[in-house]
Amino acid sequence: MTTASVSLGASVSSQSRFMQLALAALLGIFVVGFVGFSHIDAVHNAAHDYRHSMAFPCH
Amino acid sequence: MNLFRNVVFVAAIAGLVAGVVLACMQAYATVPLILKAEVYEKAGGGHHHDHAAAPAATNDAMSTVAPAGNATSSAAPPGTDAMAPAEEDEGWAPADGFERFAFSVVANIVTGIGFALVLVAVSEFFGGVGNWRQGVFWGLAGFAVFTLAPGLGLQPELPAMPAADLLPRQIWWTATAAATAIGLGLIVFRRSLPLTILAVLLIVAPHVVGAPQPDSFETPIPEGLHHQFVVAVTVTNLVFWLVLGAIVGVVRRRFTATATSMRDSFA
Repeated sequence: MTTASVSLGASVSSQSRFMQLALAALLGIFVVGFVGFSHIDAVHNAAHDYRHSMAFPCH
Repeated sequence: MNLFRNVVFVAAIAGLVAGVVLACMQAYATVPLILKAEVYEKAGGGHHHDHAAAPAATNDAMSTVAPAGNATSSAAPPGTDAMAPAEEDEGWAPADGFERFAFSVVANIVTGIGFALVLVAVSEFFGGVGNWRQGVFWGLAGFAVFTLAPGLGLQPELPAMPAADLLPRQIWWTATAAATAIGLGLIVFRRSLPLTILAVLLIVAPHVVGAPQPDSFETPIPEGLHHQFVVAVTVTNLVFWLVLGAIVGVVRRRFTATATSMRDSFA
């Protein structure tokens, strides 16, 4: 793979790069977790069909 | 935070498109089966709660340790079904029909973007998704991690189907996805035999431990309906992940092409 030169943000330092990617991944996990795994009733009900359709643990 | 911004941008486009595609597939493939199952759930009568009450019962069970899985004496605290109309038990819920569908679409898009964020961020660690074809392979990995592996132990379930307590299932689901992801990563990116063996152990381990199972598998849902649902869920998720990966590849390619020509101005 042609890496560094065509990566999404070529000139950031490797530590900053790691932090930003980790942050993005965590944000994604948080979003999925909130919609798909939250125990709040209203969130569960709103996404009910979605949870079943994604085979997330439900009910 | 330019890299972060770019990741979010690519993920937002890919998640939006794949989420809409998934919502459309669900409207035809899975939601009709869920609605059918709810008819059985309601027809259960007697000990069964109607649909609105059932989640409330198990939601209560989450905090306590009541056996949510028992289909016949579902885990409602005594008096729940005698008390008040079901609607009040479980709080707000979207009205059936358009509102319910709309919320499903929103959930699909929002989590589509969430999954895309994970996929884009993780793939950037390994050089990024170069084109749509690499994206398809990343999508396959996502399908294996988030649908296939957890689905082996915890089959897609319809309403009115017995299941173990919610929290242990969620923990098992999450741990299985994580172990499978690490395992696949070791196999693909660390080309060493000992690590590959470790990876296989990691992938197998959650299934040796076993997913939390209900006390009784008794259910009013016909076997055929459930089987249809398992197939529908698995196939719709496969297409979702392939579309998501492919679009990430396409969008990222355009994005980096621009960035390169503009000499790091995006970086």
